[in-house]
Order: sequence, then C-alpha cells, then structure tokens
Amino acid sequence: MTRRMNGADAILRSLEAEGVDTVFGIPGGAVLPTYDAFARGTTVRHVLARHEQGAGHMAEGYARASGRTGVAVATSGPGATNLVTPIADAWMDSTPLVCITGQVRSHLIGTDAFQECDITGITIPVVKHSWLVQDVDQIPHVLKSAFHVARTGRCGPVLVDIPRDIQEAELDFEYPDSVDLPGWKPPQKGHPRQIARAAQALAAAERPVLYVGGGTLNADACDELRMLAELGRFPVVTTLMGKSAFPETHELHFGWPGMHGPKWSNWAMNKCDLLVAVGARFDDRVTGKLAAFAPGATVIHLDVDSAEISKLRQADIPVVGPLKQVLSDLADELRALHGTGLIPRTEPWLRQLAAWREEFPLRYRSGGDTLKPQLVVETLQELTADRDDVVWTTGVGQHQMWAMQYLLCDQPRSFITSGGLGTMGYGVPAAIGAKAARPDATVVCVDGDGCFQMTGQELATSVLEGLPIVVVIVNNGYLGMVRQWQDMFFDERQSQIHLTKNVPDYAKLAEAYGGVGLTVDNEDDLEGVLQEALTCGRTAVVDARVDAAEQCFPMIPAGAAALDLVEFEDGVDEQEKVAAA
Amino acid sequence: MRISSMFARRGFNIESLSVGVTERHDVSRITMRVDCEQHPLEQIEKQMHKLVNVLRVSELEPGEAVERELALMKVTATPARRGELIALSQAFNARVADLGTDSIVFEIVGHPEEIDSFEELVRPHGLKELVRTGRIGIGRSATNAAKPRRQHVLT
Repeated sequence: MTRRMNGADAILRSLEAEGVDTVFGIPGGAVLPTYDAFARGTTVRHVLARHEQGAGHMAEGYARASGRTGVAVATSGPGATNLVTPIADAWMDSTPLVCITGQVRSHLIGTDAFQECDITGITIPVVKHSWLVQDVDQIPHVLKSAFHVARTGRCGPVLVDIPRDIQEAELDFEYPDSVDLPGWKPPQKGHPRQIARAAQALAAAERPVLYVGGGTLNADACDELRMLAELGRFPVVTTLMGKSAFPETHELHFGWPGMHGPKWSNWAMNKCDLLVAVGARFDDRVTGKLAAFAPGATVIHLDVDSAEISKLRQADIPVVGPLKQVLSDLADELRALHGTGLIPRTEPWLRQLAAWREEFPLRYRSGGDTLKPQLVVETLQELTADRDDVVWTTGVGQHQMWAMQYLLCDQPRSFITSGGLGTMGYGVPAAIGAKAARPDATVVCVDGDGCFQMTGQELATSVLEGLPIVVVIVNNGYLGMVRQWQDMFFDERQSQIHLTKNVPDYAKLAEAYGGVGLTVDNEDDLEGVLQEALTCGRTAVVDARVDAAEQCFPMIPAGAAALDLVEFEDGVDEQEKVAAA
Repeated sequence: MRISSMFARRGFNIESLSVGVTERHDVSRITMRVDCEQHPLEQIEKQMHKLVNVLRVSELEPGEAVERELALMKVTATPARRGELIALSQAFNARVADLGTDSIVFEIVGHPEEIDSFEELVRPHGLKELVRTGRIGIGRSATNAAKPRRQHVLT
C-alpha cells in the first residue's frame, strides 16, 4: 500500500520503518524540506548539536553504546564536510553509521553553487558505500540499502546525499521488505572444516592467547567469547577497541596489548604458541614491529572481513564469518573434542601470566604535592567498581591510555573510544550519544584538556537536550601525548604543545553552559569532588589539574619490537631513538 | 572512481585499465593489469570484493585467456620512407588508419606483446604519438570438458 508524499517525508518514514529512534544533526538550506518534515511530526527524536562534527561523533557514541546504527543529518557544503571526520572515524573503527546530507538542487550540481560540495566524492575512501539520490522514487530503496550495508558484514559508515529538489518532489511511498544488492554478500557462517581445524589447534595448545578486538563487540559476540574462553581455559587480552568485550575482573582477562599495554599483556601476546585473533586486525599500535610480533606462534584469525585475514600477518587457520556464529560453533567443536578425553593444558601458562602480572605491575610515582593523572583514573574506577551501569568515553592521548589501563570494564559496550583514527574531541559528543542510547546509565567522559577544547561546545547540547554527562578533564595544560613524544624522541624540544591549565577555566565554562563546574588539584579533595560529579545527576565538568610531567608507560617506541617495550623509570637514554611513526 | 581510488589509497599499482559494457547492459567490465610485487593479488582481490558495486572479481592467468589490445601510432613518414613503413606494418597485420604528408597513423590490434614489438620497430623512425587502450581479456573456451577451468578476469 503506497502513500503519496514528498521526498523529505519519505526520508522520515524510511527512518521510522528502520526503527530509528534518534538522529543527531544541524539544519541548513539544502536540508530544509527534511527538517520541515521533522517539524510536522515524527517518532524519531532529533538531537540538535552545535557542530556537525559533534553530531557525527554523537551518532557514533550512540551506535557503540547500543549496537544500533547511528544516524547523523547535515546540510550541504560545510555541513557535510564537517561530517567527514566522524565518517572517517567510523570507517577506521567499523562503527555502523548512516549519514544523510542535503545537496544543492540537481540542476545546480557541478556549477559551484552556494554551499555545494562533492561530498560523495570526498568520502569515497572512507565509506563502505554512498548514494547520490537522483530520483525521488529511489529514496526508500536507497535508505534501506544504506542501513543494510552499514550494518552487515564488517560494520561501517555510509552516506546518502539527497538534492533539495528531490526532497521536495513527490512519490508514492512504500518501504521495501528487503533489498538485493548483488555486489554485497557478506558471509553468513564460517566454514565447518576451518572451524574444526581451529578447534583442534586450540585443544592441543599449551600457551594459547585470545587476542580480542573491536570486531567482537560489533558482532555482539561477547557471551560466545566468554563461553569459549572458560571452556578451554584460554587467557584473553583485549585491545583498546576490544576493551569491555570480556569482563576485566575475570581471572582469564590478562590486560590490553600494544604500545601502552602492560608488560604482562604484551608478553602474553608475544610469547604464546597459538595466537587466536578474534575480530582484531593486527594494528601497528598492537603489534609493534610486525616482523618481530608473536614470533613462532601459529595464528588463527577469526573475522567477518576476509580482506583483514593475512593482510598484515599470515593466518595459518583463517575462519571467515560472523563472530557470533563462529565462536559458538568453535565452542561446540571444542566441547566435542573434550568429550573424547582431550582436556585443557593451559594451567601452567595461566600461572606464568599471573606471575608476570605480579612481577611487572603498572607503576607511577605517587604522592607529592601534585595530583597524578593515573590517580584520577584509578579513583574513578574505585568509585564505580560495584556498579554495572557506567559507560565510559574518552578523548585521545595520554588520558585515553591511562583510562585503558586503569578502568576495569565488565559490561560489553561500556568503553567507547576512538582507536583507529584517534580523533581528539571524540569524548564529549560520544558521551552525549551514548547517553541518548542508554538514558539510565551514568556516562562519564575521561577527557584531555586539548581534546575538550575541540568539541566542548557540545556541553550546550548535553544540558539543553536533557542528556547529562560527567566530564573529567585530566588537565595537564598540554597536548600531553605530543609532549611525551617530543620529550622522548626530539631531545625534549617542545613545540607548540602548551595550552595552559587555566585558559579556559573549565569549571566556569561548565557553569556558563548551565552545568556543574568543579575544580580539583590535590589528592585529598579528589574523591569528594569526583563523587559529587558522579552523583549530582546533572551535566558536570571536573577540571582535574594534574602533573604535566607524567608520561605514559609502558611504551613500545614506534618501529620497535613489542618485547622491547620501555617501562616506567627506565631512562630515556636507554631507548633506541627511532623516528616517530 | 571507487575502484581506482581504492587502489590508490592502498598502494596497489595499476599498469593499465580498460572499461566498457558487457553482454549485460547494466553491468560494466573493468580489466586491469596490476603490479603484484608489493601486495599479493589475493589481498587486492579481497579489497575489491568489499566494494558494493563490484559483482565479481576474477583473475586472468596468461595462457588461460585471450588477451588483446588496440594501439594507434603516429609515425614520421616522408614519402620516401612510406613504403618501408607500410611493409613493416603488414608484417604485424597493422592497418593504415590515416595518411598525411609527413606522418602515418597505424592501427594495430593484437596481443599486448605484439604491440610492444611493433612499437619498438617503428620508434627509430620517429614515433610522434602513441595511444594504447590497455589490454582486455576473455577466458579461453574449454577444450577439454573433463578438465575444469578456473574463470579468470580481473573485472
């Protein structure tokens, strides 16, 4: 049964048919008809951001917190180009995102019209697919395809560009039940023979490691992962993007590998005999020098994206398929093998990993009259340890690494961060999006002062849209991670990194936006201030002024082998000076 | 555009590229010669499969396919030299596409290596301009029904 309406109505009816409950955006000329459709009535909530980049990151945070597809809407020209960073971010981290942009009228395309921009051309390298709608009748099919492509196979961003005249034109609307895209056929299940081989290798392994990445969270495969790990007594390390895919207080969790991962986690990965990559992609931050990574290990690679397998490290046993299915089938196979008498042989290895964890704990110099950034994060962890309703987001930099190291996440999708693109300014808008997805959760953004200044204006959105978040700014007055690299690799020649701690006064800024502003610069007041922010029920910003000299350890210098990581208190002179990555 | 841009950003080297319609008018075929030194062909194929517009990717192995290319070559040819050049072109089954007072345009269709040879032979005479289409290819018809033949075309 069709209904007569215009293209803009069709967009909204399509979103409703897809079950979209929230979109994030900012109106503009090319998208006026669509915003008029919003005004005339819809079940879709629209969250008005202050910058389209903010809207895009909100949609990402929403997607990561809920598992649903994030939707962002912007106008043509600069509105669309402001979405490019979130799109690229979603591309790198495989976040399902549908971006709808207005475009100038069809007859004006190619004439350098006002606010015209070839956004489909610009985003080609960072979207799974994009559509420029040229006929109003295409709208339902295009939107259905957009959601389908964003959400299936390896998740990612898509863009739908709709000229203004198309939004105004009329059609007989009917939403299709399904779409058939002949060029898009993601795998539905893993190959049984490969799964059997993998199970055999796992059953026989003495020093296996499950190397778990963000793909596991995207696939909603956390329960299956846990079942497999417990069944086989396999140690699990989770990457930055995989953090929260496996409960971190579980005895089988052994940290986070990579450039700033603890020594015991990197040793687990690099001294194992069987490395099982689960929705992970051998990213350079995790592997360090590839040639020296996990030497001698047999590699099993489980992933829904066949192009990732053997891209950087040859997989001895590749299994392509959706992880939820693959992990479940793998557990079944393993159980069958156990039934024939094969029992897990990993206890000595688990004891070894626990011993290394005891021997090489994360360390930092505490006490003194300055507040340590690591302590801020540790205190946040202590204050929330007994809760299962906290969702963390972060910006990018030293504070992000400390958040990875010191926050312990047991619930899936409780840690939301920008990994692949490493977008500063991600934290605050992502937190707002997460809150929209999980209104009953307490959403806490651990941010850096540099990051906060990039998208902090979205505090207005948080306050006015009733999406309160807690922002804890680990304020060292610097672009901390850049400073660390300059100190370590550029003979301490500091270049353009000093932001200062008190411009702006973040607590005053928070109050200016209608939120709660708190400042703390010593250990004694820390717990009280953080507790107040966490319990006030309003948008709150804590300006935690910390020691600027703190560096993030351990560290695998760029280009170095993972086993050559540098620990806290190792002298700078002892390291290899290698060129920055 | 999507395909060549994907190749560019992943650092896959395209030596030649040819596009056209196929037996199905809603499907076009791109034939590419790629440099597999830096990246294995398998990785290139897998990345192509991820593109929503790509329906099928297959590899044309030399020996298992008929490969052809077309080239137009404008060669300096004074009236005195004309005869010799035309005789040369006949050895390669090249045609004269255009004849002027001081140059000839040859048209040659053949295996890309034949075209390379012809080019080498006419170059000393003065090759003013050369345009090549890039090779296309099509799988050979099965000669033996019992031997299954892999269908390869990088399309």
